[in-house]
Order: sequence, then structure tokens, then C-alpha cells
Amino acid sequence: MHDNVFDRYHFKQSLIHRLDPRVKLVVTVVFILSNALLPDGAWLAFAFCWLLILACNQLAKLGLGYSLKRSFVALPFALAAITAIFSIPGKSLGEWHFLWLTLVPTDAGVLRFVSILVRSWLSIQMAILLVATTQFPDLLHAFEHLRVPRILTTIIAFLYRYMFVLTDEVFRLLRAREARSAGLPGQKQGGSIVWRARVTGNMVGQLFLRSYERSDRIYNAMLSRGYSGELRTLHAHNMIRSDWLVLNATFGALVLIQLIGWIR
Amino acid sequence: MHYSPTPMHIPDGFLTLAVSLICWAVTISLLAIAIRKTNKELGEKQVPLMGIMAAFIFAAQMINFPVAGGTSGHLLGGALAAIVLGPWAAMLVMTSVIAVQGLLFQDGGLIVMGANILNMGLLTTVVGYGLYRIVSKKSITTRLVISGMAAWLSVMTGALATAVQLWLSGTAQINIVVPAMLGVHALIGLGEALITVAALGFIFRTRPDLLGDGSASAQSGRGWVFAGLLITLVVVLLSPLASSSPDGLERVAEDMGFLNNSQAAPFHIIPDYTIPFLGATPLSTILAGGLGVMVVLGVAFLVGRSLRIGNQ
Repeated sequence: MHDNVFDRYHFKQSLIHRLDPRVKLVVTVVFILSNALLPDGAWLAFAFCWLLILACNQLAKLGLGYSLKRSFVALPFALAAITAIFSIPGKSLGEWHFLWLTLVPTDAGVLRFVSILVRSWLSIQMAILLVATTQFPDLLHAFEHLRVPRILTTIIAFLYRYMFVLTDEVFRLLRAREARSAGLPGQKQGGSIVWRARVTGNMVGQLFLRSYERSDRIYNAMLSRGYSGELRTLHAHNMIRSDWLVLNATFGALVLIQLIGWIR
Repeated sequence: MHYSPTPMHIPDGFLTLAVSLICWAVTISLLAIAIRKTNKELGEKQVPLMGIMAAFIFAAQMINFPVAGGTSGHLLGGALAAIVLGPWAAMLVMTSVIAVQGLLFQDGGLIVMGANILNMGLLTTVVGYGLYRIVSKKSITTRLVISGMAAWLSVMTGALATAVQLWLSGTAQINIVVPAMLGVHALIGLGEALITVAALGFIFRTRPDLLGDGSASAQSGRGWVFAGLLITLVVVLLSPLASSSPDGLERVAEDMGFLNNSQAAPFHIIPDYTIPFLGATPLSTILAGGLGVMVVLGVAFLVGRSLRIGNQ
């Protein structure tokens, strides 16, 4: 089982780890909302947001740079925002000629581009902290408490449980393909792209059948153990005083950050 | 590890709150119908099946094939899921996959997850299934050809929706982002089409019963055909328009009140996105944002409650 490949939970004993998952979920979402509400170029407010993240890193005993190190996954998407530099009216900062286009970067455009990147980068770090300090089943339980329909949380619970199993299945399929795809050095390996895609498609079909048949077995096994349509958990989540304290403290901090961002 | 993000997962920060919330509202409404339908049509047995199918889509996205120059193609799976599982179940399955990708791997943000689910989970399903439904009683060859086209179009639809949302948020320029997204995804879509056809062909050969008359995918109504064709039509008409004469599109958006000429402040995109008696002050914007969040939460809460009552 490659169960460590996907699990983002980082086991530690800390205040943040012990918090009620609902608190962590709500704080994360509100933090990201607050980022979205901050105006472009509110550098001081952004800096305070980052301080908040650093504090969370430290309190969770993950090390100050933990979330930073993992926060670059969304970087390729920055490409999508690059046209903002040229599309927003403002003071011109020069002129570039690119193929048939004349690109005029503006100060407002650059400001917007950098603000988008900073917002996205801060938001991602908070989401990283959330899954690093909360076990996924607990997170799902929090969703259930927050009235996400049960059928969705149940499907996600199954997805989480079986993605490890089916990923192993994928590894086996990939290994089998590799074992049968020996090539001589200097010679072209494999057939045309269409042929390769077909092989991949057959693998997908094979994986589908294996999953489908497995789901039958799983259902029968669950039925024999008393499955009645819902998943039960032994973790009873109760909000205690420290949960409320943290919730209110972060809300207070975020209101302050908004004030700092808007009053200049 | 073998997990490769696709350029369609929007991270937080790239869409404005207004656009994100509108997408959430659309997504929640569609999901509510999907949940109601699946609860009615499918038994308790289907819930584990849908869970495993979600894990299947997740795992299948890891099976890649080398294309050229170190890049590789892989499946998104919306059309395949819709054809095999039927559209409503596929919506829930794709939603779960995107939710886990966003939650666990930060592949796609949380506030923008509504948009991501809409683009990659719901639109792809409607287009994929709608086109397939037209020929679902025809010969296997016809079905395979059409599902290939449906898979390609579903990817293009998702890409176009992503591009439009980025543009409405003032993050990207429409006459660049639309051709760029569509250009990249025209190729990704080819891979999607090839894999979908091959996978379906494999299932036809080995377990034809899963796609036969009694299957979930054969039973959904004709309405899907219209929905699928409608979205296809929009994609076909909108893409060249957005690429060649962006001014026309901006004009339409402006008339509809979406776009403000000065895109400097993110929340001027919807002019009414302020609270009237407070005027256009920052406080007003924040309150309006908060109000929008409350509305979406309220919709979600009511939907959840009505579903819960319906279950009992």
C-alpha cells in the first residue's frame, strides 16, 4: 500500500492539531475569503496574513517554513493572470513588441498581477496547513456537521479510502506496461501517438472493470457487517472552550487585517 | 508522485469573490438536483459504487501516455463517467474527485471550488452525456465516434468556461486567454477523446451489459440532448467571437452589467456589488461580500435541509 503517497496529514501533538476540525475548516475558508476581499496592493495587510500563517506553522510545530515549501503547486497557473499586466488601464511602463502584438505593461496591471499571485499564495498556504493538521476523515466529519449533504461526504469518504487501493492497481498496470515496452537504445520506442493513447485507453477500461467488480465485493462485505447506508464514526466532535477562543481570536485578527488593508 | 495537475484547476485568488460566488450558486443548485435524482433513482447500493467510481476517476487520471517532448496526456474523465454511470451520478462522482483534489492536494482552491466543479465536473458531464444520448441506441461504432467527439467537446467547454471566468474576474484579457486556453485544450482534448473511445471500446468488448439498455446511462431523459447541444452551440459560437472580436463580447458583458470599464478594483465588476445606503466605500464592499457569502451559505443550508427531510 502506498498510503503515504497521498496522505498530507502530518502527525504532531499541538494546539492546532487538537482543535475541532470544524474550527479549522471555517477559519481556513474565512481566511481565504478575507484574502479575496483585500484590495490590490494592500501590502501591509498581506504581510499580516503571512504572519498569521507563520504563527499557525509554529503553533502546529511543523516548522516555520512548512507551508511555504509546499506552496508552489499553483505557480504554473500564474501564466493565466499574466495578461492582467497589459489589460488594465494605467500609467504605461514602456512598450514590448511580441509577434504581432504590442504589449504595454501598466502600473495598475503589474499591481493587479502581483496582488493576484500574493493572494493565491497566501490562500494555498492556509489550505496546506488545514490538511497537514487535520485527518481527512475528521475533515469530512466537519463537512457533515456543516450540513454538506451526506451522500457527497459518503462518496468522498469512499474515494479517500479506495484511492490508495486503486492507485496501487494503477501502479501495477503501469509497471506491466513498462515491462512490456522494452526499447533498444537509439531506436524509437512504441508506436504512434494514437496507438499509445489506445493502450492507455485499454488500461483505463481495465481499471474501470477491476474497480467496478471490486465495488460489488466491497458492498457485499459491508452489507455483511451491517451497513445501512451511512458511515459511522467513533470521534465525537464537541466544541470546547479553546475551540471557541481560537475561532474568535482568528476572526478578530482577520477583521483587523481587513481594516489595515482598506484604511490607507 | 504521479499526480499531474492540469491547467484547468483554478487556484484561490484568481477569481474575484463575485464570480466565485455566482459559480458556487450555480454548482450548488445543479448538485441539489443531482442528489435528489440519485437518491430517488438509485438504491443504497449505488453509494459505495459511486465512491469506488470516484476513486477510479482519480486513479485513471494517473495513467498517462507520452505525447512528445516530455509532455504526457491523461484523462479528465467527465465524459467517460457520464457515459458509463449516467449524468446525475457522474456529476456527484466528478464533484467528489475535484473536491478531494482541491482539499487534499491544493490542486484548485476552496473559494473557487464552485467554479472548478462547474467547469470540470458539471459542464463536461452535460456535454459528454448530452451528445452521447443522441446515439445511445445506435451501433457501437457510431456510439464510439460520437463519444470521442463528446469527450473532446467536453474538455473544450471546460476550458472556455475557465477562460471566461478568468476574464470576468479581470484576471486575464479575453482575446488572449480564450485562444490560449482553447488551443492548449484542443490538444489535451484529443488525448481525452482517444482514451475515452479506447476505454469505452474495451468495456463494450468485455462487459457490454454495463452499457446496455438496462444501464443507468441508457435511462436518463431526452432533455440531456438539448442541454448538451445548447452548451455545444454556445461553445462553438462564443469561441471564435471571443478570439476575433473581443470588443463585441465586452459590449455584451457591459450591457448585462458584468463588466465595468475600469477593472482596477476587483469588486466593481458587478456595479451593484455595494450596499446602496453606504455608497461605494470599502466597508460597503466588505459588507456586500459578506452578504454574498451569507446568501450562498443560506442556499447551501436550505438545500441540505430539504434533502435531509427528503431522505427521511
